[in-house]
Amino acid sequence: MAARYDRAITVFSPDGHLFQVEYAQEAVKKGSTAVGIRGKDIVVLGVEKKSVAKLQEERTVRKICALDEHVCMAFPNQSTVFISLTADARIVINRARVECQSHRLTVEDPVTVEYITRYIATLKQRYTQSNGRRPFGISALIVGFDYDGTPRLYQTDPSGTYHAWKANAIGRSAKTVREFLEKNYTDEAIASDNDAIKLAIKALLEVVQSGGKNIELAVIRRNQPLKFVTSPSEL
Amino acid sequence: MALLDVSGFSSFSGFGKHRQAQLVDRPNHYSFGAKSQEFAVPVGVDPSTFLKSCNCEDGVSIDMNHGTTTLAFKFRHGVIVAVDSRASAGSYIASKEANKVIEINPYLLGTMSGSAADCQYWERLLAKECRLYKLRNKQRISVSAASKLLSNMMLGYRGMGLSMGSMICGWDKKGPGLYYVDDNGTRLSGRMFSTGCGNSYAYGVVDSGYNEDMTVEEAYELGRRGIAHATHRDAYSGGVVNLYHMKEDGWIKVCKEDVSELIHRYRKGMF
Repeated sequence: MAARYDRAITVFSPDGHLFQVEYAQEAVKKGSTAVGIRGKDIVVLGVEKKSVAKLQEERTVRKICALDEHVCMAFPNQSTVFISLTADARIVINRARVECQSHRLTVEDPVTVEYITRYIATLKQRYTQSNGRRPFGISALIVGFDYDGTPRLYQTDPSGTYHAWKANAIGRSAKTVREFLEKNYTDEAIASDNDAIKLAIKALLEVVQSGGKNIELAVIRRNQPLKFVTSPSEL
Repeated sequence: MALLDVSGFSSFSGFGKHRQAQLVDRPNHYSFGAKSQEFAVPVGVDPSTFLKSCNCEDGVSIDMNHGTTTLAFKFRHGVIVAVDSRASAGSYIASKEANKVIEINPYLLGTMSGSAADCQYWERLLAKECRLYKLRNKQRISVSAASKLLSNMMLGYRGMGLSMGSMICGWDKKGPGLYYVDDNGTRLSGRMFSTGCGNSYAYGVVDSGYNEDMTVEEAYELGRRGIAHATHRDAYSGGVVNLYHMKEDGWIKVCKEDVSELIHRYRKGMF
């Protein structure tokens, strides 16, 4: 049955599925794990770093990008064995960055995290409802602080829906990490900035082989720009 | 085409009707009206050249009149907005009780001077955009964003003969806001503005009586006096003074007084 309804994105199957969108969601599940935590005065993003080839420059494989001074997003991507969907992410990030600046120009205020998430989600949805295109094969975790200082964490998926979360994980083994977070995300666990960072690392270590080489961590503190955490001394 | 769309490139093939409908009807209209034009300019017609030919001495001259006086100023307790109410078509008084203040929402006011049609149309369009903003973003639009929207609309038709001088006043998260926007696309934030052909008289009165720490009643009286004296000397202003006070919890309409009665009250010391 699926074979007849999954060629074109704009065709529903008889039982109400959009198969192309669901396949895109499967593509996401093959990507590396990413986890996002919303603390009280800090938001943390952690992404599993797949090992790179010996001759490859590590610095060119970045999965956490700043969209504006106060907002950044992470997306899991596939290893270079399959078609890399980092390219999809690059397009989305570029459009989001332009929209952030456009908003600053027209409204004279920085974007709220919800606004830019809505923009990215609308962009993704448009590609699930036109012919000649395929959906973006990425889910994204978008974190940041609003103009009034509230920390936010949102997640989008290839179908164009978005939700706010206190803590979430996407990519490979996201379910395991999410269960860990559900058990361990309490007010005491995120009481201080360092506690939130430690929770993010512990959550990732559930599915990642231990070692600093395999985790990419970034934080945004209130009124401060995105910072990558590269060594334990910074904590 | 898919690739054109992905890269965000839009081919500038003029204002075709099909492309326009596409831009304006899109539900996710994040460009705030800046990218889309409301009216198609017919291909081959250049409004700015046509207007230049109308304004020269020999040949037909079309005079754009800006008959009105409006003023607004910020002070410690908010923003005072005062306007006259005479609508003139040349030397004919079309209406003595025209409404020159548009109440966009309980926290935002816009004044009108210049061409009545232009003001009414574009400010009502601004009100629509402000309402849409509130629905999409669940919070009221800021005064700076609202005035930016209006000035972007004006810039789209710069040089094509629009005539509008407006003050956008409101109270938002950043406090009281007052912006002057006109048909050239000028957008200025300031403490006091007056527009229209009676503005010089209004400036004289308000400048000499202004004090940041005025009481509310003194501020009302200053606004009334500014308009009343301007209507006394300017032929194209008159009617009644419509006075509004923008406070932290919204605007209130203070009064609507006939200028001739006001002038009679001020008569002492004038003649």
